[in-house]
Amino acid sequence: MTTTPSLTAEELSLGYGDRTVVSDLDLAVAPGAITVIVGANACGKSTLLRAMSRLLAPRTGRVVLDGRLVHKMPAKELARTLGLLPQSPIAPEGITVADLVGRGRHPHQGVFSRWNERDDEAVAEALEATQTAELADRAVDELSGGQRQRVWIAMALAQQTDVLLLDEPTTFLDPSHQIEVLDLLTDLNQARGTTIVMVLHDLNLAARYADRLVAMAGGRIHAQGEPADVLTEENVRAVFGLESRVITDPTSGRPLMLPIGRHRVFEPVAG
Amino acid sequence: MSADLLTRPAGTDRVTTAADVARGRSRRARRRRTVVLVLLVLVVAGFAVSLMFGRTNYSASEVMRVVLGEQVPGASFTVGRLRLPRAVLAVFAGFAFGLAGVTFQTMLRNPLASPDVIGISSGASAAAAVGIIVFGLNGTAVSVLAIVAALGVALLVYLLAFRDGVVGTRLILMGIGVAAMLDSVTAYALSRAAEWDLQEAMRWLTGSLNGTGWNQVTPTVLAVLVLAPVLLWQSRNLSALQLGDDTAAALGVRVERTRIVLIVAAVGLIAFATAAAGPIAFVAFLSGPIAARIVGPGSSLLVPSALVGALLVLVADFVGQYALGTRFPVGVVTGVLGAPYLVYLIIRTHRAGSSL
Ligand SMILES: Nc1ncnc2c1ncn2[C@@H]1O[C@H](COP(=O)(O)OP(=O)(O)O)[C@@H](O)[C@H]1O
Ligand SMILES: [Mg+2]
Repeated sequence: MTTTPSLTAEELSLGYGDRTVVSDLDLAVAPGAITVIVGANACGKSTLLRAMSRLLAPRTGRVVLDGRLVHKMPAKELARTLGLLPQSPIAPEGITVADLVGRGRHPHQGVFSRWNERDDEAVAEALEATQTAELADRAVDELSGGQRQRVWIAMALAQQTDVLLLDEPTTFLDPSHQIEVLDLLTDLNQARGTTIVMVLHDLNLAARYADRLVAMAGGRIHAQGEPADVLTEENVRAVFGLESRVITDPTSGRPLMLPIGRHRVFEPVAG
Repeated sequence: MSADLLTRPAGTDRVTTAADVARGRSRRARRRRTVVLVLLVLVVAGFAVSLMFGRTNYSASEVMRVVLGEQVPGASFTVGRLRLPRAVLAVFAGFAFGLAGVTFQTMLRNPLASPDVIGISSGASAAAAVGIIVFGLNGTAVSVLAIVAALGVALLVYLLAFRDGVVGTRLILMGIGVAAMLDSVTAYALSRAAEWDLQEAMRWLTGSLNGTGWNQVTPTVLAVLVLAPVLLWQSRNLSALQLGDDTAAALGVRVERTRIVLIVAAVGLIAFATAAAGPIAFVAFLSGPIAARIVGPGSSLLVPSALVGALLVLVADFVGQYALGTRFPVGVVTGVLGAPYLVYLIIRTHRAGSSL
């Protein structure tokens, strides 16, 4: 196994047109760990992931992978080290699971090089790991949301990168499928040492599965570190504008956030 | 990396091996190879039939001798001068339309986004009509003019409707509007023609192979020989683009560059073929979906669609000439086939409530 590469964003500013979305952001992704990014809608999480995988050129600053500028690396070479599963990938009509997963081999193939055994092995391994082997010959558009998400993750796994970025891989999944996907990614992290960076919406799942938690607000990093240090009542208020109680999750020892609204509360909250 | 990487829950038995994956893949590859082979045989057969049969029929050996350059009384003129260039143009123009059409449809992830629906063929056609009729140009100058106009329309539609890779109703409607405008330019050019020539009008409005000579055939053949390999070379990138721009980029595709290469090559094919044969109606639009039906999902449709295009033009031209009592130009026949499918697609997408 190769050593896990380091990925850092330095003084990164990002935007679209004349709108700045992320400004002067520094982030050192912990190699071999699971980093989870949380933050309110439209605070720039996807934008940050897109820039880290060079889908978006930075206004200023840089993204560095193992000492090399991501935006200067040859596209396929980068794609063999760093993978991204976007928020809404598109499955071509009728494509089978095996075919779709096979598309993950793109960066390993030349224009004229033929598909080889290593490609087959990578696809088999990815199907196996995501337990989608039984679905291999099914059409992706016939699958349930949870199955489909596992198939997309299988495609990203077939890419065999040391770093994997995932943008909201559990949104639209029911609770059991969310857990299934997060367990799968944790397995992957533990078995292969794959560095994982993902955006999650559910703060409690984020705190449970993250080695490092990053809270973004308004295009900046508001707090980062151990989940217990980041998921606090003050931070939830600052980042989401939400009153909450944070207790310790009895099953995991991680922080558990209980939101407090205006109704269904025993006692009014001070402040 | 090991197969026991991730523990499977107890009770699940089957372990996928690379061999399973390889088996599935070769099954799909075999189907595609068979389809390509059958299509190739059909194109060759269609080509032979259109050389042999017509008002006068010639035997295979007579046709063969003409093709090989011998003088055969009667056949040398009918087959050599009339039927051969016509059939060659049918094959190459059909090939070009089929290939360019499926490239656009795949790249823009929308069967309606074919160059003949979104105005690119109309641009080439209007330029060719104006060049020939108004300015008296011919040969290469017409092809160049058609290319410039087709690229111009592609750029215009792109700028008007297709930013950030977003393709929807807007692009299609914009393209249809642009096509209608350009068709009226063609009609205007035709109204200016010194002597009203119905053949010429039909060519630029619906596409026709009537009166095809070698000087029209050569540029199209060369364009196919140069541009088809470019598109085939981009075939894997095109497959990755189908997954969305972000996914493709994450897989190592340079999205913008790939898209420009694909657009220029496909538009070039359309322009050359249109400059020679007119915008043979709906061939670009129909070939991809037909090929997709035959090949099945997942594999590259470029070659199958190109062959379907060639076959479609060959057969439609033959039918138009001999099967319908009066002689119809090829574009009328393909138009009759294509229009219902266009309506069907529009109704289907409308009903599905999607944004095309
Ligand atoms: N392609 C784009 N063009 C213009 N603005 C965009 C684009 N993508 C995102 N934005 C804007 O940038 C901001 C941040 O978006 P995003 O990074 O997707 O947020 P998040 O993922 O945190 O919800 C939003 O206001 C969004 O409207
Ligand atoms: Mg997002």
